[in-house]
Amino acid sequence: MSISINGALAELPQDPRVSLLDFLREDLHLAGTKKGCNQGACGACTVLVDGERILSCLALAVQYDGRAVTTIEGLAEGGVLHPLQQAFIEHDGFQCGYCTPGQICSAIGMATEARRGAASHVTADLTAAVTLSREELQERMSGNLCRCGAHNGIIDAIGEMVAAELAA
Amino acid sequence: MSILDAAKGAAQATIQAAMGKLVPLAPDSWIPGGIPDPLIRRQHGVIGAALSRLDGPLKVQGAARFAAEFPLDDMVYAALAYATIPRGRIAGLDVAAAEAAPGVVLVMTHHNAPRMNQPAVFGSSPEAAGPADLPIMQDDRIHWNGQPIAVVLAETQEQADHAVSLIGATYAPEPATTSLAAAKAAGPQPGLFMGQPLRNEIGDAEAMLAAAPHRVDQLYRTPRHNHNAIELHGATIAWIDGGLVVHDASQLVSAEAATLAGVFDLDVAQVRVTSPYVGGGFGGKCLWDHQILGAAAARLAARPVRIVLSREGVYRGVGGRTLTEQRVAIGAEADGRFRALIHSGIAAMSPHNNMPEPFILGTRSGYAADSFSLSVETVTMNMLANTFMRAPGESVGTFALESAIDEMAVELGIDPIALRIRNEPDKDPTSGLPFSSRDIVEAWRAGADRFGWAQRSATPGTRREGEWLIGMGCATATYPYYRMPGAAARITLGRDGKAVVEVAAHEMGMGTATTTTMVAAERLGLPIDAVEVRYGDSIIPGAILAGGSQQTAAIGAAVIAAHRALVADLLKLAGNDSPLAGLSADEVGCEDGGLVKLDEPTRRESYASILDRAQRETVVAAEEASPPLELMHWSMHSHGAMFCEVRVNTVTGETRVSRFLGSFDCGRILNAKTARSQFRGGIIMGLGMALMEETQFDERNGRIMNPSLSEYHIPVHRDVPEIDVIWTDIADPHTPMGAHGIGEIGITGVAAAVANAVYNATGKRIRDLPITLDKLL
Amino acid sequence: MTPFTYARAADPDDALRLAARDGTAYLGGGTNLVDLMRETIAQPARLVDVSGLPGAIEETDEGGLLIGAAVRNSALAEHRLVRTRYPVLGRALLAGASAQIRNMATVGGNLLQRTRCAYFYDSDGSRCNKRAPGSGCDAVAGFNRNHAILGASPACVATHPSDMCVALAALDATVQLQSAQGARTLPFAELHRLPGEHPERDTMLAPGELITAIALPPLPAAARSTYRKVRDRASYAFALVSVAAVIELDGDRIADVRIAFGGVAHKPWRAARAEALLRGGPATPAAIRAAAAAEFADAAPLRDNGFKVELATRTLVATLGDLVGATA
Repeated sequence: MSISINGALAELPQDPRVSLLDFLREDLHLAGTKKGCNQGACGACTVLVDGERILSCLALAVQYDGRAVTTIEGLAEGGVLHPLQQAFIEHDGFQCGYCTPGQICSAIGMATEARRGAASHVTADLTAAVTLSREELQERMSGNLCRCGAHNGIIDAIGEMVAAELAA
Repeated sequence: MSILDAAKGAAQATIQAAMGKLVPLAPDSWIPGGIPDPLIRRQHGVIGAALSRLDGPLKVQGAARFAAEFPLDDMVYAALAYATIPRGRIAGLDVAAAEAAPGVVLVMTHHNAPRMNQPAVFGSSPEAAGPADLPIMQDDRIHWNGQPIAVVLAETQEQADHAVSLIGATYAPEPATTSLAAAKAAGPQPGLFMGQPLRNEIGDAEAMLAAAPHRVDQLYRTPRHNHNAIELHGATIAWIDGGLVVHDASQLVSAEAATLAGVFDLDVAQVRVTSPYVGGGFGGKCLWDHQILGAAAARLAARPVRIVLSREGVYRGVGGRTLTEQRVAIGAEADGRFRALIHSGIAAMSPHNNMPEPFILGTRSGYAADSFSLSVETVTMNMLANTFMRAPGESVGTFALESAIDEMAVELGIDPIALRIRNEPDKDPTSGLPFSSRDIVEAWRAGADRFGWAQRSATPGTRREGEWLIGMGCATATYPYYRMPGAAARITLGRDGKAVVEVAAHEMGMGTATTTTMVAAERLGLPIDAVEVRYGDSIIPGAILAGGSQQTAAIGAAVIAAHRALVADLLKLAGNDSPLAGLSADEVGCEDGGLVKLDEPTRRESYASILDRAQRETVVAAEEASPPLELMHWSMHSHGAMFCEVRVNTVTGETRVSRFLGSFDCGRILNAKTARSQFRGGIIMGLGMALMEETQFDERNGRIMNPSLSEYHIPVHRDVPEIDVIWTDIADPHTPMGAHGIGEIGITGVAAAVANAVYNATGKRIRDLPITLDKLL
Repeated sequence: MTPFTYARAADPDDALRLAARDGTAYLGGGTNLVDLMRETIAQPARLVDVSGLPGAIEETDEGGLLIGAAVRNSALAEHRLVRTRYPVLGRALLAGASAQIRNMATVGGNLLQRTRCAYFYDSDGSRCNKRAPGSGCDAVAGFNRNHAILGASPACVATHPSDMCVALAALDATVQLQSAQGARTLPFAELHRLPGEHPERDTMLAPGELITAIALPPLPAAARSTYRKVRDRASYAFALVSVAAVIELDGDRIADVRIAFGGVAHKPWRAARAEALLRGGPATPAAIRAAAAAEFADAAPLRDNGFKVELATRTLVATLGDLVGATA
């Protein structure tokens, strides 16, 4: 039983109670993925599994045997920040920085969903092409709580990434 | 409250004891006629620039190490069991199954916990940081529903969590007061803190109210709130060579270290508390039982301990803001002038702490009136100690006061902004002191202009789009300027032209690490990247509380003091061969990596050159900040004008905030980028308070029934509109850098601005928070 | 979490075999079960992971949909036929939880979500007949703003938290089940129970019975449908009240209507009385309000939730009004 974490294979824990979150933080010392509630209510533990955003606190690590996990530690390449990480700095998309890894991973997963045309709760026409308005970004990111109140900067940063993708 | 009065009380004590000899030695800046901080004059430097956070790259990569992320060899994990009655005794504790569970290293209860001194309760002395006037796990007494009754240590968190679920407890309950009605029936007590009554009587306000041609007299209610920082409270704790090391998420490392030393009979030098990053504080990241229990268990097990509260555990063991019931009565003339201003009411407290949520503080200096009657009384409930949460006092007090002023504006048919300006005081109306700076009228005018206040219809319910009624409201924001004694700074300047500035301060997201670097660089005449700021460690001299919006000023004054000493030392080192020979510290400034004579800029020498000639690698200066004399001479406050537009759904009663503007008058802004975020953050927490936040306290047994982030709602992205923030940027000449702390003012006035906008949209006046949809159906 | 063993099922038969012993629970996305296990409310000795079972969405010969139980909520919401033919289902799915949770949660698991009653969750400190049968109910006289106004019993006033299930109730879905005794099909309306004397039982599933698929009958081409959810914040919150509605018009009269309410009862509440009153009549606000009044005639509000009657009524009026007014 093994799992890929940021491209490196790791042995899964023996104890099936271990969540993917605690596996990352305590066993692998990848503490960038954060624990904010441990009950699926805050989004701080968001990671990407095969590109899909999930909550690692509600995931038993053993259930993800053979899957590929990307955490916040796996986004920068060769010391160069992911464009979204840079945008978070520019737009001050965080204060304490604790919800930040989850926000960033969530936004990357969100962009993937939007590219394949997934609608959201605020999409007026479920059959139309997706346009990521500010309201759409807000709805799609609402699974990630922030208590410092960096919401505006977070959405600005994600908006910049989305716009850059469209322009590319 | 505790912070503010602790600061003021301590300052007064220091000052009164030594006024005669201290004043002549104090920097001129803090006394009338004094010379303001020279940095205020510098307009083209880095101060005020929109600089990105220096810790940003670490934080966006998840590389900033928080308290629960220190790996220690041989570490064990903790889990806590909590009481389920509000008051009584533990009759039986069955720990056999827990002790026998796999991986368990220790089960600690009051039977086997080490003997510990009661922590000194916050406010009892400058170093005291204890959560309540109670021993911790020393006997069988239960004081609140949720009190920790057992600690399990195990090799893994999973094992600890499982074992703790096997503990069986039985209780011998005793009568408890868990309903507000019963607490009120037992009789309110005067709100007292450090011997200072929360009471102001000027003239006969009741009589003047009765005689006034226009009256508003209403009751406003605010519920309990929790801070809900996203980072769970946690600490990694080790005993090393008889000393205690606590890697914590703390807003008060120095006081925490001193208090822990008292608990464990240690010399304060044997305790080290670090707090490099705090994942949100808001008043909640102080000393509570869990750090003490973790340290006790670590000592008993002789293993390092990681203790992280569950989210439920945070609600059970870390207090929040208490509930209030406030009466505001205003008597006014037809032209709007206030004859009487009454603001009184009650706040609930536990029997074992002293935090009478001081909701009248903002009213003391807010408006002119011919008479005042202001008071806070407390009622006692058997509950977890309540504590300070973002803008203690003003956050809930401004809801009542600023709602009442809106009601008076309706009563009088006067625009609510005009009504506020009409009652603008020319000096502090209750203390009589002059204001150190007060440009709130400017903030109102600039804000109204930018927000488009003129578009508002004074008649409620007149603007509608589809299902939605739209309304606008406003309110005043206010929070005091504060600076507590005890701050210190150490500056180490190297021959390489780099400086290290150390302060026992905290970075919880306010941007302190960044702004402190900016200010120190400007003061030292160095580029930003030549200055490193170290903080969040109790081994750094001095004590700087991250609270009461005082940290920026406290750091500023400490760095001023250390900097003066550094300059004096440098001049000594420069000696007679320097172009600066014979000059005193007052004659020189810092520029371009060196000292320069202020009125003769050709006389200068670089730090490197001075240290080279002196054959020194470094020069170190450590000083305490001067006493906060400015607080004795002026009434010092930050101000703001809050503007809100809401949409209220006519079908469902749902309220959505569509626009918000905060127009602030908070002295000089040090970093435009982080300041904007601070203001917005406060406003967003205020939106939560206005619309959704409430800690549900079951009055039958004193148990908090929504101890989770799914049931205690805080705003999500879609609840948060784009928030516009502007500021006057008028320096306060009587503060370091001309700045005011800005961490708390953002939340003040917000709930009232929302409620007033809801009234404008619907004609419904909601006087009890939160404004949930059922109140608008 | 109480220790347990974990096994992954290769196919439904494998799952049934693995789950043959008492104390076994099926694990889908884990979004509810893992949380309940952490709270020690669920303490299975064995988990059989069925999240990897075949999870397809297929169009049936009659023009309906057959949805595998392991299909993720997000995948179902994204499916072309759900978006075009069953907007009520798509919108209900998208109104639920957060995107991360929808990416994890399976359709089968969604059906088996347990209540969010705070007293149910407070495993240490509160009495709850659903969690500990016979212990009592602290919600009846406690915080019950989120609780049931219809179909409750003195033993339990909890509500069902799912959004998706409200849509399925309105769509006359059927649930395909498999057990050692063989396969069977259950009308969706018969899957969930009212609490009665046994609130510990949420559904009519037999022990060990596995949900394999949901079948949606075709909707008439003229049918319009939608889902509206009302909650305390704009997103990521459970419903105070929600309405799933499917309507077919014949001129300005209602040819057929199907209505289900969420947030009002122990199960998704199919509003049969209101439907009967509306069928064949005009789709006017007054008629809809009267139908809602009949539906809520037996409502038994508690201390904090009386507003739900008016809120649900208004939401129904607005939702049907929007559907009628919409140019389909």
